[in-house]
Amino acid sequence: MMSDARARVDEVYRAESRRVLATLIRLCGGDFDLAEEAMHDAFASAVEQWPREVVPANPRAWLISAGKFKAIDVMRRRAKHDASLGQIAERLNAQSEDPAEKAIDEGIEDDRLRLIFTCCHPALAAEARAALTLREVCGLTTEEIARAFLSSPPTIAQRIVRAKAKIKSAKIPYQIPSRADLPERLGVVLHVVYLVFNEGYSASAGASVTRADLSGEAIRLGRLLMALLPEPEVIGLLALMLIHESRRAARSTAEGDLVLLEDQDRSLWNREQIAEGLLLVQQALRTQRFGAYTIQAAIAAVHAEAKSSAETDWNQITALYDLLRRIDRSPVIELNRAVAIAMRDGPAAGLELIDALLAGGDLSDYHLAHAARADLCRRSNRTADAKTAYERAIALTAQEPERRFLEKRLRELSL
Amino acid sequence: MKYMLLIYMGENAMSDGEREQCYKDSTALCHELAENGKFIAASPLQPVATATSVRVREGKRLITDGPFAETREQLGGYFIVDVADADEAAAIASRIPAAKKGTVEVRAILEIPNLPRKLETVGASS
Amino acid sequence: MKYMLLCYDDERAWEREGPGAQRAAIDEAVTLTHELAEKDQYVMASPLHPQASAQLVQVRDGKRIVTDGPFAETREVLGGFYVIDVDDLDQAIAVASRHPGLRHGAVEIRPVMEIPGLPNG
Repeated sequence: MMSDARARVDEVYRAESRRVLATLIRLCGGDFDLAEEAMHDAFASAVEQWPREVVPANPRAWLISAGKFKAIDVMRRRAKHDASLGQIAERLNAQSEDPAEKAIDEGIEDDRLRLIFTCCHPALAAEARAALTLREVCGLTTEEIARAFLSSPPTIAQRIVRAKAKIKSAKIPYQIPSRADLPERLGVVLHVVYLVFNEGYSASAGASVTRADLSGEAIRLGRLLMALLPEPEVIGLLALMLIHESRRAARSTAEGDLVLLEDQDRSLWNREQIAEGLLLVQQALRTQRFGAYTIQAAIAAVHAEAKSSAETDWNQITALYDLLRRIDRSPVIELNRAVAIAMRDGPAAGLELIDALLAGGDLSDYHLAHAARADLCRRSNRTADAKTAYERAIALTAQEPERRFLEKRLRELSL
Repeated sequence: MKYMLLIYMGENAMSDGEREQCYKDSTALCHELAENGKFIAASPLQPVATATSVRVREGKRLITDGPFAETREQLGGYFIVDVADADEAAAIASRIPAAKKGTVEVRAILEIPNLPRKLETVGASS
Repeated sequence: MKYMLLCYDDERAWEREGPGAQRAAIDEAVTLTHELAEKDQYVMASPLHPQASAQLVQVRDGKRIVTDGPFAETREVLGGFYVIDVDDLDQAIAVASRHPGLRHGAVEIRPVMEIPGLPNG
C-alpha cells in the first residue's frame, strides 16, 4: 500500500510536475525559484501524506494547492525584507478563501504557454533560452542539458541562474504575448524548439551524429505547442521535425558514419512519422498563412514521398526553394536551392550558383558550401577542384562523422 | 542650464560596504544640491546584466539581451543637475563618490519645449 | 517598475536627413511623452546636446582630471533618454520601439534601482 502510494507520487511527478510548476510560477508572481521550492515541498508532502491518507482524486489540484500554501508561508517570512512579497502572499491567501474562486488548476494550459513564452523571451541571451526551456518546460536536469549540448553542468547552471535573475530583476512578465506581438514572439519560441531539435539531430560538434534525446524533446515541445497554439508555423515546424526524424535510422551507418540523403536505404525511414508529417504539412499549407518552416517541411515531404533520389520531383523542390527565398533571403537557403537546381539541370548549373555565392563571401567559412561545391566538381569530373574544395570543407567542419565522410570522399578521388 | 552626469564604473570596482557608503554619500550630495536648487534627479541603475537592447534592422525590430555597447566600465547611474555652466557641472561631477573609481561623463541637456512636465517638477523617487 | 531608456543615435545619419527630419523626430518623441503622461507612465525625458560637447571627469588620488570627449567611441552615441514607469519589461520594450531615433540607432533599456531617501527635484 505504502509503496503503491509512493509509486503514484512518482507517476504524478512525471506526468504533472511541469504543469504544476507553470501554475505555481504564476501564483508566485513570476518568481521561478520560489515556485520551484514550493513545488518540491508540495511533492515532499505528497510522499508523506498520500501513503497515510487516500491519494487525492485530483492530484494536480492537490499539489498546486499545497505548493501555493508553501509559497505563501515563504513569502510571509520574506516580507520583512521585501514588502511586495507580503502583498502577493496576502492576495493569494484571500483568493483561496473566496468561495467564488475557480478550480485551482483551471487555465493550466495557459500557464504552460506563459512558461514557454517567458523561457523564450527575446530579452534573454539566445543560448540561455534553450537551456531554460529544457529545464523548466521539459524538466530535464542541468546535467542532462549539459550532456546534450556538450557543455559542462556549471556552465549550463550559470546560464539558467542568470536568465532567471534577469526575468526577476528586469521584470520579464509571465504572460502570453498580445496578438500584435505574437508573430514575433512565437518566432523566437519556434526558433528555440528548432535549435533543440537540430542540436539533437546533427550535433554541431562532437563524435555522434545524432543525439536522439534532444530531438525527441523538441518533438514533444512541438506537440505541446501545437495543442496549445495551433498556428500554421507551429504545425509546419512539427511536420518538419517529424519528417527529418523519420530518416534517423537511415542517416548513419552502424559505425556512426554519415549517409547522404541520396544514398540512404529508404526502407529504413519511419513511415509512421512520415505519414503524420505529410498530414501536418497539408494542414499548414491549407491555412495560406504559412511561413518558412512549413515550406521547409513541404520540401522534406517531397523527398519523403520519392522512391529514390533520381525519382525525386526536383522541379517541385526548386519551386519550393524559390518560394522560401522570397520569405527568407539567407545564403544557406540559396545554397540548398543551388543544390536542387544541380539535381534538376545538372552539376554545371549548380556550380555556377555556388561559385557566385562563395564569391559573395557570406558562406566562405561554411563547411557545407565547400562540401557541396566539392560534390558538384566531382560529378563534373573536375577532380583537382573537387580535392581543393573537400580539403577546405574538412578544415572547416567541427563534426567528427562529417569529417570522416568528407575524408572518405577525398580518398576516393585519389584512387 | 541642465546637465546629465553619467556614471561609468566597473561593476565589481566596489565592495558591498563601499557601495553602501557610496549610496549614502551620493544621497547626501543630492540633498545638498537640492537645498541649493540644483538638483533635478538621480538614480543608480540595476546591473548591466539586466539590460535589454532594441534595434531595427531591415525594417524588423530586434530585441537582444545585454547593453548597447560592451564597455570596460558600465553605466551604473546618473545625476541630472541644474547649474550655471559646464564648469560647475564638472565640479559637481568630481564630487560624485563614484568619480574616484570610475568616470563621469558630463552631457548638456537639450531643452525642448512642450514636454509633459517640466524636468524641474519631477522627483527621482516618487 | 521604473526603466531608463538610453537612446543611442547615429548623429551622422540624422545630419544626412537634415534639420526638418530631426525636428519631426523630436515632435514625434514629444507626442510619445504626452501619451505616456496620460497613462501615468512618464517620469522624465530629454534629448542631449551633441556629444562633441561632452567632457569626462575622474578623481584620482584626490585630484580632478577633466578630459574631452564622450566615454565610449561608438558610431551611435547617447542622444537622449526617457525614464518611464510601467508594469514590466514588455511594456518598456513597447515604448522603446516607438522612439523615433530607433530608425538610426538603438535603445538600451535599464531597470532603475529605486533607493529610498533621495530628495524630490
